[in-house]
Amino acid sequence: MSFPDRKETEVRRMMELEGPHPALPPDLAGRAAERGHRILLRHRALRTIGWLLLLAAVVAFAVWAAIVEPWTAPPPTDTTPPLEGW
Amino acid sequence: MVRERRAARESRRAREFEAFVAGAGGRLLHAATLLTGEPRGDTAAAERLLTTALARTYARWDRLRGEDPYDHTRRALAALFAHRSHRYRRPRGGLLARLTPQERLVLVLRLYEGIAEEQTAAALGLPVERVRAVCTRAVTAMRSAARRRDATGTSPSTGRRATTGTAKVAP
Repeated sequence: MSFPDRKETEVRRMMELEGPHPALPPDLAGRAAERGHRILLRHRALRTIGWLLLLAAVVAFAVWAAIVEPWTAPPPTDTTPPLEGW
Repeated sequence: MVRERRAARESRRAREFEAFVAGAGGRLLHAATLLTGEPRGDTAAAERLLTTALARTYARWDRLRGEDPYDHTRRALAALFAHRSHRYRRPRGGLLARLTPQERLVLVLRLYEGIAEEQTAAALGLPVERVRAVCTRAVTAMRSAARRRDATGTSPSTGRRATTGTAKVAP
């Protein structure tokens, strides 16, 4: 918890009483909005690419599974070699 | 249908954003000018910094979920400035020009924006003690600079004239 300090108040005054806020260039909001819009478009494109990649992976796996049918292969039986020489 | 809804959302966002910048832009630009250490009347770097921060707020506008856009922009501004602070080491003649970028950042967040020590520390990723120490050091530096200015002949009420005077001595 901090309490208002006399010295800090003095410096705050210096910053606030520097004068009125500087004039905002009239096109600043427009430029910022345009850049923000480009950021949004970029994010949207990245999200679309991500979904397409995921979809492609799912399709590729389904096709591979349908062709190879790995679940029909017989389970391995003789996994351990016979133990001899004891 | 989807396209219409998106267009409606975009025009609403643009309207709200414009109103927000019209209302808060001046104060944000003042804070950015204090950060970059630029003198009044030459705020090119501060404008660039603020435009980038505002663009991030715009991109986030639909997902702010009740968060104050001013807080978001201020946070973006502080993060951008902290990230690029090495560019602003050179003194440019503004009110806080003599301080280091970190001292300016702490001073603007703590005193100009009135953010609590704990929140400032969390926003900057610094320990609270460090924020307190930097703030104290910056306040001391600012006060001694003001005293020097006053001692050179101008009264405290016309301190601004003295600032422009020192700016002329060291361009």
